[in-house]
Amino acid sequence: MTGRLIPAAATLSFVLCWEAFCRLQEIPHFILPAPSRIAILLLTEAPLLLKHAAVTTFEIALGIVFSLAAALPLSIAMFFSPLLERALSPLLIASQAIPVFAVAPLLVVWFGYGTGSKVIMAALIIFFPVTVTLLQGFKSCDPGYQRLFFVMGADFRKTLRFLYWPWALPYFFAGLRVAVSVAAIGAVIGEWVGSLEGLGYLMMQANARLRVDMVFACVVLLSCIGLLLWGGVSRLEARYVRWNQDTKEIQTNK
Amino acid sequence: MLEIRHFSKDFNGLPVLSNFSLALPRNSFTVLVGPSGCGKSTLFDLLMGSVSRDGGRLFLFGAELPDLRGEAGYMAQKDLLLPWLSLIQNALLPVMVKRKLTSDDYKEAKNLFSSLELSGFENHYPQQVSGGMAQRCALARTYFFRAPLALLDEPLSAVDALTRQSLRTMLLLLQSRFEKTILMVTHDVDDALFLADRIVVLSRSPMMVTQEFIPEGKKPRNPSNTELLHLKEHILRSLQEGR
Repeated sequence: MTGRLIPAAATLSFVLCWEAFCRLQEIPHFILPAPSRIAILLLTEAPLLLKHAAVTTFEIALGIVFSLAAALPLSIAMFFSPLLERALSPLLIASQAIPVFAVAPLLVVWFGYGTGSKVIMAALIIFFPVTVTLLQGFKSCDPGYQRLFFVMGADFRKTLRFLYWPWALPYFFAGLRVAVSVAAIGAVIGEWVGSLEGLGYLMMQANARLRVDMVFACVVLLSCIGLLLWGGVSRLEARYVRWNQDTKEIQTNK
Repeated sequence: MLEIRHFSKDFNGLPVLSNFSLALPRNSFTVLVGPSGCGKSTLFDLLMGSVSRDGGRLFLFGAELPDLRGEAGYMAQKDLLLPWLSLIQNALLPVMVKRKLTSDDYKEAKNLFSSLELSGFENHYPQQVSGGMAQRCALARTYFFRAPLALLDEPLSAVDALTRQSLRTMLLLLQSRFEKTILMVTHDVDDALFLADRIVVLSRSPMMVTQEFIPEGKKPRNPSNTELLHLKEHILRSLQEGR
């Protein structure tokens, strides 16, 4: 019980301090709006905000799907062929050294103001952590188990299915969890650079008009999207990586 | 039934095996005893084909084979059970890798589980059972390789003394009831005395057969009977000389 009470109390007191600061110091709302003002705006402008939030969520989700579709086969291929790994890993690392902000305008030029450039932006950001952690997961497999599968005469496909894939699942989820929290960054940057809808678009418009409360409302919604995705991944993990939980349970019982 | 002829293997110019030969009669239980680092594990690697040998030939039932991959069961010091599979699925893993499991497979596994005193734990997961039970499940899995031959790489060295005794009895069951030819590596002479039809003592670098013993008495034997104690002393002495 106290496990949840403490963070809730901390958050609440932070919000209260913020509110008190704004009121006592009479800070203009176009500099720093009070939490109450943001909350009211969230309610009154809900239809507009939700419409744009839906666009951004769609971009993030599609970005996740695309990056997974590329990361899974690539990490398996790199695990299967050390030659391919040696050839590709410098490229992969180099691609990560490029700040996404730098390519964002290019992507808009190539793929337009629509959803496409944002999806690709989100996918690019997720792609690397998922590929690398998955590859790491495959490679961390205990050689004793590999030998067992070797003696059984199992080929790579069978070993992948029964050993490597379940073995790497916890790694996969760890990578995915990082990925979904940064995916929003990709989508929003894409929207900042050039778009006609989405929370990033809304933020740019509001900022230009000194509607700082609207900017904050967008930030709140973006955090909500991030938390929802995080929660979703955690749920999937709890469902498919049951054996880790079992171990924890046994350890606490002892 | 299995014939190893003139196996040799160098590691960086160091001969680990040179001209090593060994023949296993059908349904026999051969135990290799040797000082640690004498190359027993290398021999297993060469037999399974996970490491390629520099020379030598291998015959199974008179037919020449490159290695025993897919032809022999395998059991290691660690139980190597997969934590995401239940005990019964773990035991059936060698079948599962080849084809879809049928209800007959499960029935057979259940029967085997009851002779291994694992009844009631079929749907438990490896992390929920004791080390001895996990190793018994690994033994059941060795059976489901459905190979006439089983390679055991120190399968008893990671369990406590009590569990060890019951596992020994179950290993004998694997040999006698299921007619397996067994090649086991150990550094525990008592294991050898209790289980072996033939004890092969090895020397180090390069690995060679220094002596062979055929312990007397029908199994299960009592390793503390005087004749066997005598033999044990003998084996320990020849192990010392082989170093």
